[in-house]
Amino acid sequence: MSARPISPHLSAYRFGYTMLFSILHRITGLILSVGLLVLAWWLMALANGPAAYAIAETFLLSWFAKTLLAGWLASFCYHLCNGIRHLTWDLGVGMEKQEARRSAWAAIVAALVLFAALGYLAIAPASNAHASRVVPQSAR
Amino acid sequence: MSLRSALGQVRGHGAAGGGARHWLSQRVTALALIPLSIWFVISLLGLKPIDYLTLRAWISEGWAPVLLGLLLLVLSYHSSLGVQVVIEDYVSDNAKKFVALLASRFIHALVAATGVFAVVKVALVPL
Repeated sequence: MSARPISPHLSAYRFGYTMLFSILHRITGLILSVGLLVLAWWLMALANGPAAYAIAETFLLSWFAKTLLAGWLASFCYHLCNGIRHLTWDLGVGMEKQEARRSAWAAIVAALVLFAALGYLAIAPASNAHASRVVPQSAR
Repeated sequence: MSLRSALGQVRGHGAAGGGARHWLSQRVTALALIPLSIWFVISLLGLKPIDYLTLRAWISEGWAPVLLGLLLLVLSYHSSLGVQVVIEDYVSDNAKKFVALLASRFIHALVAATGVFAVVKVALVPL
């Protein structure tokens, strides 16, 4: 049994840079799976009241957690854009070598643009529209 | 000459036979996660400030709790399918693979239950 070849045959192929995009898809997927644990923990803290949330918030506002959150946001952007690329392959579109190379770069550029936009949204100051909508709700 | 039947000789030496469903589920959940995850990230980062009261207000009104609950279920399932493939690919020892697959399933079930419970509690139980 153990002598049989088992996929993935990582050492069988000559390295091509599109491999890197594929490996990165898996790595970002795993990073996001860890993020899912934190998401559930964070929501549970929110459900358990102000004291429980204060503990979660203290951690989440630390520089260590902020670095992790930025990493999760970047992983999300990449996994989303490259995931859409994978879905187009499932439709049978863009599977030729040159097309796959072009779409790899398109995915990374789209991911960077998305990351920049969402990063800006995260650090942008509150607009008046938001503030006036939020305050009455949180006052109850 | 072996006394084992032809079926007995080939069992366990080929494809599991259930891959199509896994493959399709991964794609369907991926498709559902495109709008759900984009909605979640934009809505969350758009909250100013992202604090206790703002978050509770966000999760307890309109479609947010429904979409958030749906996101947690679909995301947990998608994550479970993805982690499963990674374990199957890189953990070659059968005992370790079995334990890792079970652990992944249990943790994902726990995460889905925790997340959905938390959202329902925030949405329905006032503090």
